[in-house]
Amino acid sequence: MQDDSKSITPDRTISPPSVLGEGLTFASVTDKISTIALSKRTPLWWFVGAGVSFSLAMLLFYTIGYLVLTGIGIWGNNIPVGWAWDIINFVWWIGIGHAGTLISAILLLLRQQWRTSINRFAEAMTLFAVASAGLFPLLHTGRPWLAYWMFPVPNTMGLWPQFRSPLIWDVFAISTYASISALFWFVGLIPDLATLRDKSKNQAAKIVYGMLAMGWRGSARHWHRYETTTLLLAGIATPLVISVHTIVSFDFAVGVIPGWHATIFPPYFVAGAIYAGFAMVLLLAIPLRKLYGLEDYITMRHIRNMSKIMLATGLIVAYGYMMETFTAWYSSNTYEEFMIKNRFFGPYAAQYWTLIFCNVVAPQLLWLKRVRHSIAAVFVVSLIVSVGMWLERFIIIVVSLQRDFLPSSWGMYQATKWDWSMFLGTIGLFLSLMFLFVRFLPMISIFEIRGILPQAEVKESEG
Amino acid sequence: MGELVQLRRIAKPSFEDGGQAPLDPQSSIPDPRTPNPDPQSSTLDPRSSILNPQSSILNPPSSILDPQPASRIAAISARLEAKRGKHYWRSLEELADSEEFQEVLHREFPENATEWNDPAGRRKFLKLMGASLALAGFAACTRQPAEQILPYVRQPEEIVPGRPLFFATAMPLAGYAIGLLAESHEGRPTKIEGNKDHPASLGATDVYSQASVLGLYDPDRSQSLTNLGEISTWSAFLGAIRPQVEAQRALASQPSPASQPLAGGGGLRILTETVTSPTLEYQIKTLLATIPTAKWHQYDPAGRDNVREGAKLAFGQYANTVYHFDKADVVLSLDSDFLASGPGSVRYARDFANKRRLSEEKHEMNRLYVVESCVTSTGSIADHRLPVRASEVEGVAREIFGKLGTGQPGASNKPEGEKWAEAIANDLDKHRGSSIVVAGDSQPANVHSIAHVMNGALGNIGKTVIYTDPVEANPVDGNSSLRELANDMEAGKVDLLLIVGGNPVYDAHADLDFGERIRKVKLRIHLSLYNDETSELCQWHVPEAHYLESWSDARAFDGTVSIIQPLIAPLYSGKTAHEVLAAFMNEPERASYDIVRDYWMKRYAAGGQPPPIKAQAATAQKTASGSGSSAQPATSGQAPQSATGGFEAFWRKSLHDGVVGKTAAPIKPFAPTGILNSRSAFSTPLPDLTQFTQPPPSKPGLEIVFRADPTVFDGRFANNGWLQELPKPLSKLTWDNAAIISPATASRLGVGKDVNGLATNKIGNIGGDIIADEVELEYQGRKVRAPVYILPGQPDDSVTVHLGYGRTKAGRVGNDAGFNAYAIRTSDAPWFGSGLQITKTGTTYTLAATQIHHAIDTEDLKARDIVRSGSLAELKKNPTLAPEHTREEHGAGSLFPKWEYKDYAWGMSIDMSSCIGCSACVVACQAENNIPVVGKEQVARSREMHWLRIDSYYKGSENNPETYFQPVLCQQCEDAPCELVCPVAATVHSSEGLNDMVYNRCVGTRYCSNNCPYKVRRFNFLLYQDFYTASLKMMRNPDVSVRSRGVMEKCTYCVQRIQKAKIESQKEDRQVRDGEIATACEAACPTQAIVFGNINDPASRVSKLKKEERNYSLLGELNTKPRTTYLGVVRNPNPELEHA
Repeated sequence: MQDDSKSITPDRTISPPSVLGEGLTFASVTDKISTIALSKRTPLWWFVGAGVSFSLAMLLFYTIGYLVLTGIGIWGNNIPVGWAWDIINFVWWIGIGHAGTLISAILLLLRQQWRTSINRFAEAMTLFAVASAGLFPLLHTGRPWLAYWMFPVPNTMGLWPQFRSPLIWDVFAISTYASISALFWFVGLIPDLATLRDKSKNQAAKIVYGMLAMGWRGSARHWHRYETTTLLLAGIATPLVISVHTIVSFDFAVGVIPGWHATIFPPYFVAGAIYAGFAMVLLLAIPLRKLYGLEDYITMRHIRNMSKIMLATGLIVAYGYMMETFTAWYSSNTYEEFMIKNRFFGPYAAQYWTLIFCNVVAPQLLWLKRVRHSIAAVFVVSLIVSVGMWLERFIIIVVSLQRDFLPSSWGMYQATKWDWSMFLGTIGLFLSLMFLFVRFLPMISIFEIRGILPQAEVKESEG
Repeated sequence: MGELVQLRRIAKPSFEDGGQAPLDPQSSIPDPRTPNPDPQSSTLDPRSSILNPQSSILNPPSSILDPQPASRIAAISARLEAKRGKHYWRSLEELADSEEFQEVLHREFPENATEWNDPAGRRKFLKLMGASLALAGFAACTRQPAEQILPYVRQPEEIVPGRPLFFATAMPLAGYAIGLLAESHEGRPTKIEGNKDHPASLGATDVYSQASVLGLYDPDRSQSLTNLGEISTWSAFLGAIRPQVEAQRALASQPSPASQPLAGGGGLRILTETVTSPTLEYQIKTLLATIPTAKWHQYDPAGRDNVREGAKLAFGQYANTVYHFDKADVVLSLDSDFLASGPGSVRYARDFANKRRLSEEKHEMNRLYVVESCVTSTGSIADHRLPVRASEVEGVAREIFGKLGTGQPGASNKPEGEKWAEAIANDLDKHRGSSIVVAGDSQPANVHSIAHVMNGALGNIGKTVIYTDPVEANPVDGNSSLRELANDMEAGKVDLLLIVGGNPVYDAHADLDFGERIRKVKLRIHLSLYNDETSELCQWHVPEAHYLESWSDARAFDGTVSIIQPLIAPLYSGKTAHEVLAAFMNEPERASYDIVRDYWMKRYAAGGQPPPIKAQAATAQKTASGSGSSAQPATSGQAPQSATGGFEAFWRKSLHDGVVGKTAAPIKPFAPTGILNSRSAFSTPLPDLTQFTQPPPSKPGLEIVFRADPTVFDGRFANNGWLQELPKPLSKLTWDNAAIISPATASRLGVGKDVNGLATNKIGNIGGDIIADEVELEYQGRKVRAPVYILPGQPDDSVTVHLGYGRTKAGRVGNDAGFNAYAIRTSDAPWFGSGLQITKTGTTYTLAATQIHHAIDTEDLKARDIVRSGSLAELKKNPTLAPEHTREEHGAGSLFPKWEYKDYAWGMSIDMSSCIGCSACVVACQAENNIPVVGKEQVARSREMHWLRIDSYYKGSENNPETYFQPVLCQQCEDAPCELVCPVAATVHSSEGLNDMVYNRCVGTRYCSNNCPYKVRRFNFLLYQDFYTASLKMMRNPDVSVRSRGVMEKCTYCVQRIQKAKIESQKEDRQVRDGEIATACEAACPTQAIVFGNINDPASRVSKLKKEERNYSLLGELNTKPRTTYLGVVRNPNPELEHA
């Protein structure tokens, strides 16, 4: 870390808005962040927010219970639309989960110091989003109690998964991604957990944090191993950022359905995922910094940087839409042409044009400095993008399946209340975990912030 | 089916040589003729008694039960024990009503069975199992009189568990029989096949016979005899009716005093449906002879009154018409749906398709002209179809007749009519003696008469059209017969009304007010399968035995008699019509087996002639004085073999073959007076067509047309889930009927959705739902609310409504489905009439359809090459029928070497030219493969489970489009997109090219279905199978797994049949022969449009068909290499009308 800051020094002095606020000291940083987790006083808004989230999470558990007892017929899926909100939500959540790893791993490797303030909770967000996402492929199967068959479990019948299926690739990609993300997140927490252990006055908290800190004492050896581990994990996680959503996109690209069967899908999906991920980080960061008074830590520079990434990935996504349409025209393939026409003018045209507005038109506002500088505007744009990315998956999945090859089999799709409860429930689960996280763990990496304080730099140069 | 033939050949000699009976009858069929008051005959659980009627001797209930656990079964048994002697239960139901017994019945496992892991518990479980079997099978406590039925094919001694037997029987529908083979698994009929030897079947079936298995096991069937709604017994019933019948008899035998006005018929009335059964005829006529004042009424709501009256008009007497479509080059249908409805339709479809089919040797087709007032299957495959209103058909007929050179004035008021008439007349004229004019059942007698005269004029009579004496026992005009009964009821002349089958309270004409008038009859008795609307208004309801439970006989469309033999003892102690009539003749103990067999014995003795009808007064006196139980006839089943040796052979052969030899009605030289020799000259003056009343002038305004429903018929199948969920041939609606109108009429009425000035059905949001506008149909002062369905090809200003819906007491399946069209159907216009008023109600109604897009020649879809079609002339120019733009199949473009199928390579060919969309294959598939019914709400969500569907597509103008039927089942792609994406290898390719589905391995990701371009995979979104209803468990095909929820399923080319044939062939060390395997759909197909076989064998039928140039793969350019391929549709339009 210390090495990183050296190289970044010239940049920081040039760039006018700093990564951190003025006048922070080692002690104030530690106090500020650790107090949030250790404080006995929980703010009222936390109870309100957590209460709503927990209720939604309960709705999720109720839905899951009913779903497993009754069958996925409680959703609106049918033939031809065999996948609908289940897979839409899955892809949406997985997409959101992308930003965390991207920030932690890729930006770490690229030595982007500004990532430090946001990487911790972005990583947490990743984990929770992946947890929400993971529910869907499991529960969308007709017989979820047998879903373990998708893992290569040695068995007496000698049955093995069918490795040509992208769903099997998914299983591996997502489980790997989830493990690496969890590991990365937890390893990154260890020094801060030790800080919490040390600062905690409560005996129970001391024990819990102590156990989680795994005997961290901050020795040079510890730090050395920590650095090595982090770099290794970052190295492993970096290709995963690309691979997970690439493989998710294979679920569609490998299919023969017009609207799915496209070579552009992998990059287009990855860009979409980063796009959605940053939108979600912004959606979380903006209220958090306000509520906890973390303006010094998550500064305007963070918000502006993330806006720029959103703008860039948004443009890639827009390019994807354009190329889909172009390819349909250029291929002269009846089915492809019809697929695009059906998107443009079919029964779900309203959803398609909303998607275009959300993902292509609205983010263009971010070109304007004034918009990038307005917290409220960025928040609204992020919200729109999140909706747009959900709609994108709706268009890809439902609208492609709805009218494929034989007109005799065309059908319509409408979500039921259970689709809603499942989706809202996972939002509840996600937010519940987020609320628990911000309450009991340091949402900003204390030691890394300390590392990029000007004081640390001085110390470093002296050394 | 090929297998059956072959097996029959083996089985036949064994008894024709006078050898052993092929089957010990005791072991296959339990005793349906045991006297009923004795409860042992009623089979609670037919399985046990079928498996072995002796089972309870082996396991007498008292000995097997361990008294120690004090099980409930023991308690019941003890109670039974105590009640031995003269204290019989009055009915099994009485016994069954007890709590303990109910619990025994409904527990999934016998009590304590859950302890079966424990060795001691397991032993107890086995004991209990034995006990419950024994309990259910008390049947064996009585002596079992021998009733022999003969298996169709198999060796006698062996019933090999797991191997089905086939028995010939016949299903009567509205009186007429279709000969069938019923597949019996250990005594449970599970599947119906056609009988190759039966003239109405030739091995094929229709939807009704396929679905009749479900009818048999329907848990909603009437299960007990009731009196005023209370469960009663057969003996109570006998006791109650005897004095009444005796009173009638006494009244009749008295010289009628002047004060007793008997002219209008006496107090006893029998109302039946159309009767062709010789035995029932003999019984009823004997009864009528015994009680001369009694009267016999016949009524069928979808009967053939017009056909009968038309013949009478033409010939002066009733006659039966039989068509030979296999000899007809030109067919003109005057509103007749002869391919898909009516007594001979299965046979007619076969004959018609054979004449139409193109092959390497045969390059000629027949030509079909259809003038019709509804959209029917027949019209859909016509070469020329003219939609006119029902009242205009007669005009068109007259005009064509006029153009034939008769000088009769034309009366068509259609502009295209004249050109049509001219062209048809020319064509008919060119094919004298090889053409047919056929009039529809719903057209009035006049039109039938014109058709007869035209057939006469064209010299078709004796060649393509033959006449025989009527097949019906007593041909009457059912319409007036019912009206007479209704009037007599109103006048209080009816004391005792016996309704044998039918449901007149529901389906009688609205103006007869049958439901009100029937209350004026003193004693009303209803024999029917269901406790229905009519039963509700009758004091006595007698549950009827299903035809698969009955001994009876019936005649086919050409008069051929089949003996109906039961496959199973009555599940709910049902009675046949014969038994009920015997009760009226003081023979209450006679089982229908004896009745039918005695009749045929008499007839055999009389050299095949029906025995003379004699009044039974003497017998009646004797038995009336004696006790009922002594009425056992002398000629019961135990007649000495020596006396009946010749008869025995005849009887066995008749049962075995499913047809009684030489019973087809002989040809009668009926001819309408006057034969046309040439177009302009007559040898004798033509019958003055003015003798037929002039057609009623076509009134402006809306016309209403009533038709029997293509799936639930006249309402009798309303509680049959398979038929309710079977999509109607064109609209693809399920679970509902609708007011069907044309797009133009819809526009005018402002219903439906307007798309570019064209009214179409408004598609809903959830899958297969149609949001239909509701209207109020007002006809002759009666009103009914109906949803509107817009159907291209429907004549303008004509509304077709199908009968059979809106039942209130059909059962759980049929209640409240659709609207009741009978409510506005009157006896003066039973089939159509004008003066219909339509009012929009402003409300909407959700219809569930399995297909909501039918058009294929829109800009977007033209290039998809889904249906290849063309005229015969086009076929000569372009033998592949492929559209110009067709992409060359890039079949070779694979990086992998082609897999070699060494042994068998199964494939299928479907000739779309032959497909008439009758849907027999769909129901056959459902029955064979244990496919569940999902209900209207699920169909609306587009989750129907049919493995085989028939897509219908329109091409051309919405007023009269060309229609194509395309049966789509799993295409068994060689490069299957589904297999690639399954994560658990639940769908895999077999070495014979089948795309196998491993249900047990499926976890239900639905990825395979998404990736299937044909969308033939079906997913159990919820638990659709009924695992709990006991009777339905008996129905299932044991060779096919029953899928639970969360599992994907699809067609496997009936892999169970393939495996069976392969095992047989391996035993004989040979290859499976071509035709030895018939998939369920292939076997059922009346037109033989579906052919299955080994494509590795170049001599197989399927290989030859696939070599035809018009063979093509559906969506072939996707490179899925389907094993199912299609033959393009060829139509044979008249060049004269080509550019019309």
